[in-house]
Amino acid sequence: MRSVVPILTVLLAIVILWYAAAVPMNIRTALTQAERDGAIVAPATRVERRDANAIGLALRNPSHIPATLDQERARLPTPHRVFSELWNTTVMKKITSKRSLVFHAWITLSATLLGFAIGAVLGIALAVGIVHNRAMDMSVMPWAIASQTIPILAIAPMIIVVLNSVGIQGLLPKAMISAYLSFFPVVVGMVKGLRSPDAMQLDQLRTYNASRTATFFKLRLPASVPYLFTSLKIGAAAALIGAIVGELPTGAVRGLGARLLAGSYYGQTEQIWSALFAAAFVAAGLVGIIGLFQRITMNQMGFNR
Amino acid sequence: MIWLAFAAAIWVGAWWLNSRIANSALARQRWAQLFVPVLFGVTILVVWECVVRGLEVPLVILPAPSVIAVKFAAETSILWADFVQTFVKGALSGYVIGCGAAFLFGILVDRSQFLQRGLLPVSNFMAALPIVGTAPILVMWYGFGWQSKAAVVVVMIFFPMLVNTVQGLAEASAMQRDLMRTYGAGYWPTLFKLRLPAAMPFIFNGLKITSTLALIGAIVAEFFGSPIVGMGFRISTSVGQLALDMVWAEITVAAIAGSLFYGAVALIEREVTFWHPSQRRN
Repeated sequence: MRSVVPILTVLLAIVILWYAAAVPMNIRTALTQAERDGAIVAPATRVERRDANAIGLALRNPSHIPATLDQERARLPTPHRVFSELWNTTVMKKITSKRSLVFHAWITLSATLLGFAIGAVLGIALAVGIVHNRAMDMSVMPWAIASQTIPILAIAPMIIVVLNSVGIQGLLPKAMISAYLSFFPVVVGMVKGLRSPDAMQLDQLRTYNASRTATFFKLRLPASVPYLFTSLKIGAAAALIGAIVGELPTGAVRGLGARLLAGSYYGQTEQIWSALFAAAFVAAGLVGIIGLFQRITMNQMGFNR
Repeated sequence: MIWLAFAAAIWVGAWWLNSRIANSALARQRWAQLFVPVLFGVTILVVWECVVRGLEVPLVILPAPSVIAVKFAAETSILWADFVQTFVKGALSGYVIGCGAAFLFGILVDRSQFLQRGLLPVSNFMAALPIVGTAPILVMWYGFGWQSKAAVVVVMIFFPMLVNTVQGLAEASAMQRDLMRTYGAGYWPTLFKLRLPAAMPFIFNGLKITSTLALIGAIVAEFFGSPIVGMGFRISTSVGQLALDMVWAEITVAAIAGSLFYGAVALIEREVTFWHPSQRRN
């Protein structure tokens, strides 16, 4: 609880910095607009202003600063405009409407969840295989680790287009990218977890004459739980990024990635920022839910005692 | 049919050999630990080649490795130009700026308990967000050139690096700090002689995580607008032309660049943190 005040201070500082940055970012457009409306601005023509320093411009035209904070299609929309856009597109719209951000977020979230489920299940299965089969361990594990250094996201456009050309569209291609991205973190984390019991504990089970199955279910699996949840969190965040990037290449019309792309095509900066915040809320929600499950499970298992 | 049978034979044979080596006493030796994964990789390539030929998979779905290799060899000048644009100009400059800024900021944050308690949860939260989404905004601000890609990289890697730096600086124990105090060492000698060296494993952990993020950021940012050169640009346009051999060649470049970059950072780590238990060689 004692960190609430510092966190709020940091957040407040971010908001203040944001407003402060909006002034020089938007001053040029504001002055051009003011000039058109017949107001007097300090360097009179647009050409003179183009080479001038943005902060200097703001200082020479203090009366036009309020206009920078409340601008349509601003280069940097101010927080209250972004949040009014968020409010308008979430609470004020019906969630079935194509203008509703909830609708777009659900499209992305459904692909994320499907992909995450596939990736996590396959990842755990491969990890179990790696732990129990030496040949698999020696041949697959180095590649699983090496693949984390590769920018896998680069293949996203290709997967979308290839699956499109064989007639698979919609949810599944995006989910496959999500699955692929969440797969490797889960494998690596889970292998680490299943191997975390030390030699003493394994020896103890051997003195009990426990079979490999019993060892797995009674020792390895419970020991791997903290590692599993940590890697699931990483995997969920990666899956969301995969789903968003998966929406870019086909110029999709639905989903958060599509909102980002459309916003950048038409210069609708508020739309981009609100999509970004929606993505942030979805990511935070996913990680938060997994964290909650982690706390409940680990309390039940007695890890925190 | 012959190709498919050959593929199956190769798969079974290589797997048999691998499990023989893995389950024998040879597995402890260094060459075996290298040979087994390499054989597995080669097997995958051979099976891929045979299956593509056997089933006559069209180029627009999956090109054979040999086709990709030919394309790679034929287009080296384009691939090199893309590599320079995306990796050297975009990813590497962003990496240096981002990691440097986060490191210096981390040292500043470390001086204040209040800032630490406020910034760490916020940074941890930010590090989990899909920051790639800032790419369209930054492309709008900094134009289509490499500068906007470097900016995306800076934003993406700043928070993971900051978290690792701050955690690392907290690593030196109270006992060690007390010892420095008995020597009469002030803040700066303590920082340089004790706390920074103790922080190095964490800092290198951050540097390794962000080395992967940097390349991803630079490539994805190019999907939102780029000059007519660059790995992300080439991937998205070649996909549009259904020239999948070019896409795979570009992915090969990305994979090589990514793993070499990571390997280089890991190598420096081994030299710097030779004293750490994870680096000791028996």
